[in-house]
This record gives sequence, structure tokens and C-alpha cells, in this order.
Amino acid sequence: MEPAEIVQHSGGVIGASWLMIALPLLGAAILLLTGRRSDRAGHLLGVAMSLASFVVAVLVFFELIGLGADSRRRVVELYDFLPSGSLDVKMGLLLDPLSISFALLITGVGSLIHIYSIGYMAHDPNRRRFFAYLNLFVAAMLLLVLADNYLGLYIGWEGVGLASYLLIGFWQHKPSAAVAAKKAFIVNRVGDMGLALGIFVIFTTFGTISYAGTLPLAGNASTGTLTLISLALLLGACGKSAQVPLQSWLLDAMEGPTPVSALIHAATMVTAGVYLVVRSGAFFEGAPTAQLVVTIVGVVTLLAGAIIGTAKDDIKKALAGSTMSQIGYMMLAAGLGPAGYAVAIAHLIAHGFFKASMFLGAGSVMHAMNDEVNMRRYGGLASVMKITWITFGLGYLAIIGFPLLSGYWTKDGIIEAAMEHNQILGWLAVLGAGITGFYMSRLFFMTFHGRRRWEEGVHPHESPAVMTWPLIILSIGSVFGGAFLILGNRMFEFLAPAVGRPEEAPTVHAISTIGLVTLAVVAVGAVYAWLRYGRAAVPEVAPRGSFLTTFARRDLYGDALNEALFMRPGQWLTRIAVFFDNRGIDGLVNGLAAAIGGTSGRLRRVQTGFVRSYALSIFFGAALLVGAWFVVGNL
Amino acid sequence: MTTHYLVLSALLFAIGGIGVLVRRNAIVVFMCVELMLNACNLAFVAFARQHGNLQGQIIAFFVMVVAAAEVVVGLAIIVTIFRTRRSASVDDANLLKY
Amino acid sequence: MPWLSILMGVPVLGALAVAAVPKGNDRLAKQLTLAVSLVVLALTLAMAFQFDPAGPRDQFAEVYRWIPAFGVHYAVGVDGIALVLIALAVVLVPIVVLASWHDADRPDARRSVKTYFSLILVLEAMMIGVFAATDVFLFYVFFEAMLIPMYFMIGSYGGAQRSYAAVKFLLYSLFGGLLMLVAVIALYSMAGKNTFLFPELIGVIKDPTAQKWLFLGFFIAFAVKAPLWPFHTWLPDAAAQAPAGAAVLLVGVLDKVGTYGMLRFCLELFPDAAKFFTPLVITLSVIGIVYGAIVAIGQTDMKRLIAYTSISHFGFITMGVFAMTADAGAGATLYMVNHGFSTGALFLLAGFLIHRRGSHHISDYGGVQKVAPVLAGTFLVAGLSSLSLPGLSTFVSEFLVLIGTFERYAVPSIIALSGMVLAAVYILWMYQRMMTGPTAESVKALPDLNVREKIVIAPLVALLIGFGFFPKPLLDVINPAVKQTLTSVNVTPFAPAVPATAEKKGAGQ
Repeated sequence: MEPAEIVQHSGGVIGASWLMIALPLLGAAILLLTGRRSDRAGHLLGVAMSLASFVVAVLVFFELIGLGADSRRRVVELYDFLPSGSLDVKMGLLLDPLSISFALLITGVGSLIHIYSIGYMAHDPNRRRFFAYLNLFVAAMLLLVLADNYLGLYIGWEGVGLASYLLIGFWQHKPSAAVAAKKAFIVNRVGDMGLALGIFVIFTTFGTISYAGTLPLAGNASTGTLTLISLALLLGACGKSAQVPLQSWLLDAMEGPTPVSALIHAATMVTAGVYLVVRSGAFFEGAPTAQLVVTIVGVVTLLAGAIIGTAKDDIKKALAGSTMSQIGYMMLAAGLGPAGYAVAIAHLIAHGFFKASMFLGAGSVMHAMNDEVNMRRYGGLASVMKITWITFGLGYLAIIGFPLLSGYWTKDGIIEAAMEHNQILGWLAVLGAGITGFYMSRLFFMTFHGRRRWEEGVHPHESPAVMTWPLIILSIGSVFGGAFLILGNRMFEFLAPAVGRPEEAPTVHAISTIGLVTLAVVAVGAVYAWLRYGRAAVPEVAPRGSFLTTFARRDLYGDALNEALFMRPGQWLTRIAVFFDNRGIDGLVNGLAAAIGGTSGRLRRVQTGFVRSYALSIFFGAALLVGAWFVVGNL
Repeated sequence: MTTHYLVLSALLFAIGGIGVLVRRNAIVVFMCVELMLNACNLAFVAFARQHGNLQGQIIAFFVMVVAAAEVVVGLAIIVTIFRTRRSASVDDANLLKY
Repeated sequence: MPWLSILMGVPVLGALAVAAVPKGNDRLAKQLTLAVSLVVLALTLAMAFQFDPAGPRDQFAEVYRWIPAFGVHYAVGVDGIALVLIALAVVLVPIVVLASWHDADRPDARRSVKTYFSLILVLEAMMIGVFAATDVFLFYVFFEAMLIPMYFMIGSYGGAQRSYAAVKFLLYSLFGGLLMLVAVIALYSMAGKNTFLFPELIGVIKDPTAQKWLFLGFFIAFAVKAPLWPFHTWLPDAAAQAPAGAAVLLVGVLDKVGTYGMLRFCLELFPDAAKFFTPLVITLSVIGIVYGAIVAIGQTDMKRLIAYTSISHFGFITMGVFAMTADAGAGATLYMVNHGFSTGALFLLAGFLIHRRGSHHISDYGGVQKVAPVLAGTFLVAGLSSLSLPGLSTFVSEFLVLIGTFERYAVPSIIALSGMVLAAVYILWMYQRMMTGPTAESVKALPDLNVREKIVIAPLVALLIGFGFFPKPLLDVINPAVKQTLTSVNVTPFAPAVPATAEKKGAGQ
């Protein structure tokens, strides 16, 4: 079935939905412009703006629910943004089940992370600036998902990139943070090129770049065009969502403060790629090749991320590898067409909860351990940080797919959908689940169990309430979120007006053969991890490890590859270009000048100062003239 | 008839020209320039006579005026150079060069 | 009311008054200059509000006979394109005046302080004149005369290599200008209408060969001015040696005369030749975009770096001009304005940094963000505008240029897209080297922006952000003028492959 028609809307809470974006944007503006004057209460303003945005999102959600299922796609016109010759972009917001799901996730989880940051950043002299950037991020991310055209999406897309840049590099005095921030931005820009190209092709094909004017007409375009559009958009999605081959920035992005990693690099921004693919579903559905590429990218990334996660000793990097991997699952599902969209989004939301919960838990641990990130120096924290341990544990169980927790429902949904589509993809996804079981268990046991391997002088303690309450709320989401969204096909039915529905609705099994196999594989991974990292002693210094371990530790040589393929040739090219400019082009110019100068230098020697030689030249000149006159006269 | 005058004029002009080119003494060079001017005057007057009008005569007067002006300026320069250099040779006044 | 003549007259009179200020009273000269430039700004705004985008082409037109024997007129008038460029110039001048408050006080300056400021005012009058001229000869006169004040501003108040830079700038520009003079005279005699008035010369030259030669005469002059690759090497020297304020006017406004001239004269007077040379020009533009960006990455001097980024940006503008689509044309015009603001802000901030630390070299800075957060923050905003971040006005123009070019020339547009990535590299790497990391010993005591400097930067940042979210006022003025230009050129407008009105395939089945 086709998605519902997009209709204009005005008035009501939906008509005021622009407040969702405007409020955090205003917060960011105030915090940045007032400078140090708002240092004392700045964080409260930031939290208030984020919460207010959440309230608006909830109200819009209920008003949307109140409309009939088939009229839940509303466009709110804002203003005439870009009137040009043939391109005329009117900025508006599209409120439909898909966008409001994201808006709720962004503002909801975002607000919790805002609150958490009050405690986490309490001792940072630049806390106000931190909240300004967080607010900026929320505004940009909301624009990304709410815009009713590709240009609005693109503005939000780069806006979140900017916020990500600012927040990764928040501790600018650390050169590693500054480098990581720059790397994230540049790699993302490579993806943005793809997105921009996609928009160009969309425009030249349809003459407009609004969703309403393009997506319903997708069937009119040729398969070749649709494939081109889809692949270009996919490149953009790969950049933002850290999918292979543009994955390298995400691990470095962990240089940012932990709440940033939780909000931007786990729960929301990195999932924008999935949003883009699902939103542009009409294009992808007309381009089977592109869909195949999407699923391949998803599977490759889910395995790559999982493998990277197995070898990292840095708790945040291990979690980042896991994020890559989970987004790989979503991408895989999104590549399956309408059958996978709902489960992709469901997994995305569930992941938003449990991954945010774990990242914040990791932040809580780091807070307790004097910002130590090396898990080999953790161990036995369960007894001193009870709340963190329990909430992290619930997130951990959710992600590995422990029965009845979030991940169990959503990830199994993806694996089953993939299995139905293509056996190879399905089995690779199962393998990924097994590795997930291993590395998450490893992370969990190394951190909370086993011998205490703390540095001297470290006295861990539970974090303050302002940090633990968000953890508790998020862990509730990670326990029940999946079941709520999947049971009774709730997410599927809700999203259907926005993304369309396949011929038959997927059936939800609490227990299935594939589910049992997956569980068994996960259990093997988890038990193996327990044997190696729970029961056995963990060395404080990482052993050298096999070739495979090194391979995973070095991020599958992704950075080495980038360095060899782009950075070094780029540096050479730069040097050659500068040399060519100075010696080549400018050399030519200066050479010409020098040649003229030199010639004049020679010529002026003729000016001897002896009157008689001048007289002689006058004489010859006159003779020449007379001679010429005779010649011409005779003709 | 006119031919004789023109031949004389050409001779005088050639003598003057060669003098300008080969002599070093500024005064002599100067005199040679005058000789060339007067050679021209002779030609002008001869042509005036041949054509039976006054234009050549008038030009000759102009040339004389120019020559007179030249004497005034030129001699002054030569005297000044002689005062500073103690020489009237044109080769000694060669500072104005590259 | 002869608006344009008044606009030119006020700064000229102001320049005379500033020059007449008694010696030793530099403060008065500066204040007077600022006041005059603000008056000009106010007058321009008053004029702009009376401008009717839907109205006739040359508004506020004045035509007087100047040299009747040759049909030369003092003829001025503005359309939307000229209006926004004049607005750019008069907005930048007061900002530059305030920013250069102490630039001419340096002990090694060769001329007095008041001379510098009266030169700025003279330059302002000429910048207005060159955009307003509707007589080709008058345009040429302004085009060349503009060199004089700029020559002295670089040569007398610039950095260590100012003489070299000033002479190089002058010779390059004169070379182009003389070619243009030949073309102007040839155009006059071939047209045979005994007039230099631009509107009467449109469509007069029909012979294709003649068009090509005349086109080249004009185009090379503009390509040197713009500057287009490979005529660009004077710009890094001139911009790096000029005092920051002069660099802003040079790159921000003077160079725009080149791209403006291409759009106005090359396209409209010689449409067939323009179409003939389009592949060449687009190729040069794309080379310029990528090449300028790559060379910028390799720079160690921040002013040279900014100059090279401009070469890359000028590639975008010329590409947009010669794509000859409504979107690209509007984008290119908008780009000229936005680039003025964006590069202006970058140059001024670089100037502030150099004034504080006394060094052009990027490597002499480090960790400035910690000691001067406002300076670093505004520098970042200016840098982000240079890399065309959405939400800042430069993005709108770059997007329009790229999408407009894509309508007709897909491949160049895609190659130019890589300029986006390279821009991120050169800006963010510069920012990383100068502003982040541990604070270098030499900048530990670097003061943050003072009130004067904040006042200088604030309007630029406000304009960049304001037009980034709401470019409509500018586009509304530009669009009709661009459309008019394209009508003279006679190109087929763009049509999408799948028009929105088409029946939906499979509908009703």
C-alpha cells in the first residue's frame, strides 16, 4: 500500500510545531550571546528549552493520534525560503508518524541527557557553552527530521554535523579532541557530497525538492535515475551514520564528553542515515540494486562494528563499535523495503534507550574513576555503584537480546525479516548477534565484575541523583520499549501511513526457530566472554594478542587505509600544487617580468653618454629614412 | 642654375655633418651644426629664387632665429661645462647615460 | 532625485574634507570618514527601498552627454544585480573604516593617516560608479581608476613586500584593462552607432568572429580581475600584503567587478561568443575551485590562505555565471554579495589577530580559543561561512550555483562538489592549528576582541546568519535582473525530466 497523502495543515498544536525547533535554537542563541553572564543559570535554561520542546512534541503526537490513521501526514508551511529561477523552496514542517517518532526520541532522550549533563559537567568552567551546543544540536536534529523538503533536511543534516564538531572538540585544549572533531566534520562532508548530489538529481528529475512533490511521483522516474538518487543518498547516510566505508570518524568522536557520545553518537544523530533511507523509501523501492547495496552496507558494518567492539579496552570505543554495529542492523532492515522499515525504526528507538543508558552508565563509571576509560583498570564496580550497575546491566541485557527485553524483540524482528529476504544476510546478522553477545558481555564483566584493578588513589562512588535518575528512566525504556513497539505490530501500524505497508503484515512470534538459534549463538558468545573476562583474571596491560585482535584493535585498518589512500596522496598533491603555484604559474609571471627587466637592462647599454654616437645613430636613422623614401618613391 | 647652389649647399651640409660626427671640441661641433643650418638656408633661398616666391626666404629667417636661439643656449651650456670640467671636449660630458 | 550621483558625490566631497583636516588631527579624520561612509550607507538604504524589483531595468537612471564627439555619456542606473553589489560596497566601507582604525598609524606607513582614509572614500565613490555605470566607456574609466587608490593603499600602508605586491597588482590589472580598452574601442567602431551606451549596444554585434574577439578582450580583463585560474597569482600577494581593511575591499568588492562584468558585459553583449567559450570557462572555473582549495590547504600564512580560498570561491561564481541558468545566475550574484561578507569577516579577524600577535604565520598561534573565546568564536563563524555551512548565507548561494550548474552541466557540478570537502579541510585545519590545542606561550596574553572590534564583526555575522535563513529579500531583487540577462542571452530555460503535473504512472490501476 502506498503511504498516505501529504496534506496542508494550519492551526492547532501541529500548527505551532515550529516551536519544537525554535525553543532550543533560542536557548542556544541566548546562551552563546550572553556569554559569561549566564554561566550560573545557563544549564537550567538549556534543560528548560529541551523539556519545553519535548512537551510540544508530546502534544503534537497526541493531536496527530487524534487524526484518522490515513490523514496523519500534515505539512505546516512556515515561509518562502529560497525563491529562485526554477528552484522555489518553501520551508515547512512535515508532521507524520515517522517524523514525530524521531522528534519524541530526540527531545525525550535529549532532555534526559541534558539533565544528566548538569551533574556530569558540574565542574567544567564552560558548562554554559556545553548546554548551548546541546540545544543547538537538538534544534538542528529536529529540523533534520521535521523538514518537509530535502533542503531543510540538508540544513539540519549539516547543522547536527556542526553541533557534533563543536561537541567532539568541546575540550579543545586536547589536541586529540580537536583532531577528532575535524575528522568527524570532514568525513561527514564526504557523505554530504553524496546527499547534495542526490538532491541535485532529485531536483533535475522532478523540478522540486519537497517530499510531497517528489516521493509520490517516484514511480515516474526511470530505474537508472532512482538508483543514482538512492546511491547518492546512501553515501550521505553512510557518512552520518558511520557506515562502512565512512565509519572511521565515530570511534575518534569518543573524545567528546560522554553525554555527547550518548546523545549524538549513539541515540540520535548517527541514526539520521536510517531516517534518510526510510524517508526516501519511495526512491529506494524503485531501485532494487540500491536496496541491495544498502543491505550489504548494513551487514558489513554490523560485522565490522561488532569485531571492533571485541578488541577495544576503552569503554567508550567499545560502545562506539557497538553503535556502528547496531546501526548496521537498522540499515540492513531499512534496505529491505516496507517490510523492514517499522522494525528498523523500532530498533532505532529501542537502541536509543539502551545505548544512551549504557553510555551514560559508562559516563557515571568514568566520573567515579577519575575519567579513566581503560576497562582493564576497572573491575568489581558492581558493589560500589549499585544503580549504575543495575541500569547498565539492563541495557546490556537489552542489547544482546535477552528474552523479553527490548533488543530481543527488535533485533529478532530484523534478523527474521533479513532471513526471509536473503538467507546469507540473515545468517550474517545472526553471527553479528553472537559477536554482540561476546563483546557486550566482555565489556560488562570487565567493568563491573572480577578483581578490582583500579589505579591507586581512585575511590569510586555512586553518581549524584541528577545523573542516576536519567539512567533509571532510560533503563525502563530499554526493558519495555521493544515489547511495546513490536507486540501487536504497534510500530508497524503506526508508521504505515508514512512509509507504506507491504502486502502482508509481519507476524510477531514470541518464540521462533530463528529466535532460538539466535539466542543460542548469543549465549555461546556471552558464556565465552564470561569464561575469559568474568571468571579468569583480566591482565591490567593488554596482551599482544593474535593477528585478529590487532586487526580489530586497529579498527580493521580503516584509518590506515584512509591514510594511505587519501591523506598521504592528498598531502603530496597539496605540496605539488603549492610548488606549482609558486614556481609554475607565479614563476611564469615573475619570469616574464624578469625577462622584460633583463632585456631592458641590456638595451639601455646603448645609451652611452657620448654625443657623437648619438649623432651617428641620428645620421644612420636619417640615411635609412631617405633610403626608404627612395625605395618607396620608386615603386 | 639652381643646381650649382644645391651642390654647394650639399657640400656645406656634408662638411658640417662630418664635423659634428668626428670632432671632439664642443665649439667646433657647434660651429659645424651652424654650418649645416646655413647649408639648409642656402638651399631654401635657392629654391625661393627658382620658384619666384618668398616662402623659402621666410623659412630662412626662421632658421636664423632658431640658430640664434641655439647659440644663446648652446654657448651657455658649453661655457658651464668648461667651467666645471676644464675641458670643451664632448666626450668628457658623458654623465647622462644608462 | 539623482540618487546615484549623490551617492558618488558624497564620498568624493568627504574625501576632500578628510584630506583638508589639519595635520596631527588623525582622530578627526577617522571620525569624519566614518560619518561620511555611514551617510552613504543611509542614502543607499533609502534608495534601495525605492527600488522596484518588478520595474524597468535601469532605475534611478541619469544620462548626460560627456564627450559628444565620441558619443560618450555620463550614464548611470542600477538593476537588481548592480543594486546588491553597491549595497555590498557601502555596507563594507564603514565596517572597514572602523576596523582599520589603527591600520594606518603604523610607523612604517609611507603616507599620512588621513590620506589612507580619504583614499577609502575615493575608492567607495569609484566602486559605486563602476557598478552603476551604464555607459561602457564610463565603466572602463571607473574600472581602471579604481586601481589608483588601491595601489596606494597597498603600496603605502602594506606589509614587508608591499611594493612588489602593489606593482604586481597594478601591472596585472593594467594588462587586462588595456585589452579591454581595445575591445571597448573596437566595439564602439564596429557597432557604428556613435554611442557607448550599454543598452543600445546589446545585440548589435552579430558577426560571430568579431563577437569572439571582443568577448576575449573583455573576458580576459574580467578574468584577471576576478581572478580566474590561471590569472590569479597577483591576488595572494596583494591580499597578503595589503592592510586588512584594504584586503577586504580588494577581495570583497573590487574583484567582484570582474565577475559582475562577465555577467553584465560578456554575456549580454556577446551571447554567441559566450556560449562558444562556455566549456572553456567552466573548465577553468572548476580547475580554480579545486586548485584554489588545494593550494589553500598548503598555505602557512593565514592571509594568503584566505586569498586562495577566495580563488576557489571565484571559481564557483564564474561557473554560476556561465552555467546560464536562472538558478545558477541568481546563485552567482548572491555569491558575490555573501562572499564579500564572509571573506570580509575572515580578513578582518585575521587582521585583528595579526595586529595583536604581529605575525601572519599560522604556526605562530595555537590555543587562542582559551584566551580569546569571542575572537575564536567569531573566527569560527566566519570560517564556517567560508565553507558554506547551511544556515549561513554563503550556503544558499553555493547551493544555488551548484544546483543551477547541475541543471545543464552535471559533471563540472559534481567535481565542484568536492570543493565542499576541501573547504572543510582548509578552514577547520586552520582553526585547529590556530585556535585549539594547548595555548602557545606567545599568545598567552592575547586580549579578546574589544568593543570597537565587536561592533565591526557583529553586523557581518548578523548578515551572514540573517540571509542564511531568510535570503528572500536579496533573491527577490536579484531574480528579475538575472532573468532579464538570460533573456538577452537567449538560453532555453530548465525543465525537469519528470514534471510535477505529469500523470502518476499506474494511477487508477
